[in-house]
Amino acid sequence: MEIRSNEFKGRAVFAIHDASLQQALGKAREGFVGKRAQQAAELPEFEQLREEAKALKNHILDHLDHYLERYEQAVTAAGGQVHWARDAEEARTIILGICKRVGAKTVTKGKSMVSEEIGLNEALIDEGMEVVETDLGEYIIQLAHEPPSHIIAPAVHKTKDQVSDLFEAAHGGPRKTTVPELVDEARRMLRDKYFRADVGITGGNFLVAETGSSMIVTNEGNGDLTQTLAKVHIVTSGIERVVPTLDDATLFLRLLARSATGQETETYTTLSTGPRRADDLDGPEEYHVVLVDNGRSRMLAGRFREMLRCIRCGACMNHCPVYGAVGGHAYGWVYPGPMGSVLTPLITGLDNAYDLPNACTLNGRCASVCPVKIPLPDLLRELRHMQHQQEITPAMQRRALKLWRFAATQPRLYHAGERIAARLLAAIGRKGRIRRLPLASAWTDVRDLPAPAGRTFLELWQGKRGKS
Amino acid sequence: MLTMSRYPNESMGTDMPETAKNGPRVGLFATCLMNVFRPNIGFAAVKLLEDAGCTVEVPDSQTCCGQPGYNSGDFDAARALARQVIATFEHFDYVVGPSGSCMATIRHDYPALFEGDPDWAPRAEALSRKSFELLSFLHDELGVTQAQARLDAVATYHDSCSGLRGLGIKGQPRALLAGVEGLKLKEMQDAEVCCGFGGTFCVKYPEISEKMVDDKIRNVLATGADTLLGGDLGCLMNIAGRLKRINAPVKVFHTAEVLAGLAGGGGIASEPGETR
Repeated sequence: MEIRSNEFKGRAVFAIHDASLQQALGKAREGFVGKRAQQAAELPEFEQLREEAKALKNHILDHLDHYLERYEQAVTAAGGQVHWARDAEEARTIILGICKRVGAKTVTKGKSMVSEEIGLNEALIDEGMEVVETDLGEYIIQLAHEPPSHIIAPAVHKTKDQVSDLFEAAHGGPRKTTVPELVDEARRMLRDKYFRADVGITGGNFLVAETGSSMIVTNEGNGDLTQTLAKVHIVTSGIERVVPTLDDATLFLRLLARSATGQETETYTTLSTGPRRADDLDGPEEYHVVLVDNGRSRMLAGRFREMLRCIRCGACMNHCPVYGAVGGHAYGWVYPGPMGSVLTPLITGLDNAYDLPNACTLNGRCASVCPVKIPLPDLLRELRHMQHQQEITPAMQRRALKLWRFAATQPRLYHAGERIAARLLAAIGRKGRIRRLPLASAWTDVRDLPAPAGRTFLELWQGKRGKS
Repeated sequence: MLTMSRYPNESMGTDMPETAKNGPRVGLFATCLMNVFRPNIGFAAVKLLEDAGCTVEVPDSQTCCGQPGYNSGDFDAARALARQVIATFEHFDYVVGPSGSCMATIRHDYPALFEGDPDWAPRAEALSRKSFELLSFLHDELGVTQAQARLDAVATYHDSCSGLRGLGIKGQPRALLAGVEGLKLKEMQDAEVCCGFGGTFCVKYPEISEKMVDDKIRNVLATGADTLLGGDLGCLMNIAGRLKRINAPVKVFHTAEVLAGLAGGGGIASEPGETR
């Protein structure tokens, strides 16, 4: 997928003035935040589970090679095949290779952010295959020719009316206007595709090392139909999604749905272990897992290792006031919000996403809800540090920082500057405020600047108490 | 005037200079914004600390905590400022500032900035342990339970992010404000959501900041409160400036000003004599 993260500023402004987007975002925010809070409150051990999940993820990351090898052995023992992809291109080549070998014409897809990350749909379509997204949200944005704007609710930016329009145009009328009608229509359209599918591609929420199983959670059951009805099932997943045992997976399951959608559990939790066995009634003839690195082992070795704990619940973006203001498309690539602002520069390159680590107030709400306690604000600041070191930050800002450091490390100079500022601003101020200030227009375009009274606290203090 | 539950346990307020000598020596961290834009908060902080029995000093070798450098990714500059703050304040019993943001920088970020530095890490750790935001210091460390002040207002309280999530400041200001005569506190929706200030964020991304502060103000106005209170001047300047811009009749004060009985006039971004 094309990286447009450097257009963040423009896209953000556009998003803020998009009335239907704002309506959709407002609704989503209320739902996600309220429901998660309720689930967390109703489970007394919720905070303890977060600690346990963090510790378990750290353990897995410390022994990732071991668990991945065990997982591969178990997949192979169950009759499946594991493929290792260093980057997006290798992943696409592997998957295209399988699809072409089996002569695939129709490919159904369950929701998979990794498939977005590697730009899979475009690659399959370029080879003449019909690609059908079966998750309702993904289906909607596929009809709209848009990328997802949220990792668990890809069409969260769409209003119901917009979906009605899209469905009417794609399916022919009569126009459906209620949610049940729209869902029914999508279900009818998709049903036949499942049966026609040559290859079904799903993500993998968790990969269980002890059994070689891939686990997906969905609310629509579309993933089950995608993976059991196609002739070939391909799982795409990041290397960090492996867990040692089924028991371990349940720890994450208890956190995932609660953090993501504010449900106790998702409607469907489905395990796939190898292809169809002789006595199975259904299932695919081939079972493949494509394990994607794409920058992850580099993260594992460096300062951003903690990011690999992410279980892709979306709670960080649901609680992010910046995401809530601009929506997911402003971020310009696959992963939006706080987790995306860390992942995008790390995967696509620091200078391809300058704004993402900076467009954050470091308010910390994301970290406070993260089920695996990733210190997202710290990681974003660390990215700013790297931008500073590599001189990617604008020259203006670098000069301002130098000047600030020069002054602030010399108290007498700094205080003199503050006294001048206080007097100057007091002289400009009317009724205690300043409405326009050319050098600070980014402030005064939006809000008045409080005018100082004229003297600084330090000089007033010294006047009152003498030097201390 | 303050009521204490723990410390010091006698002779409060009668002979201030005498008792003050026995209290802890507190270095006041005079934040940059307070120093220039709202000295009143500094005097309120001094009054509250002295009423609680502290000896307050304001060292004039202090400047900035270094957070602008830290959050802009210039860790070297942040360290240079941090060393200056440590050297200036480490001989005090406590460092106290009327800002959750600056004090969270000293408490959390200094130890991180000097991790592995044999000379500065121990000094940063030591300073971190005795650095506090003003209201949490009064309430949690000194056991102050009630402020003797009066303000006839219906107020709502904005939880500034650094104080809330960095230092666990939530109940303390509310507990202290509950004792202010004539003051009624009405909670707003999303009190814990960022106001859109975020330091340089508000000037780097003004449109996003505007959207965020408007969301905040919508929640403020929905309470019907005539006053907004908070503990960080950056956030308060952002919210007050926007309230003024849209002519919304809400006064803005720092919580310390109210507790010290120094919340007169029209509040932040108003003339001292202004009534609304």
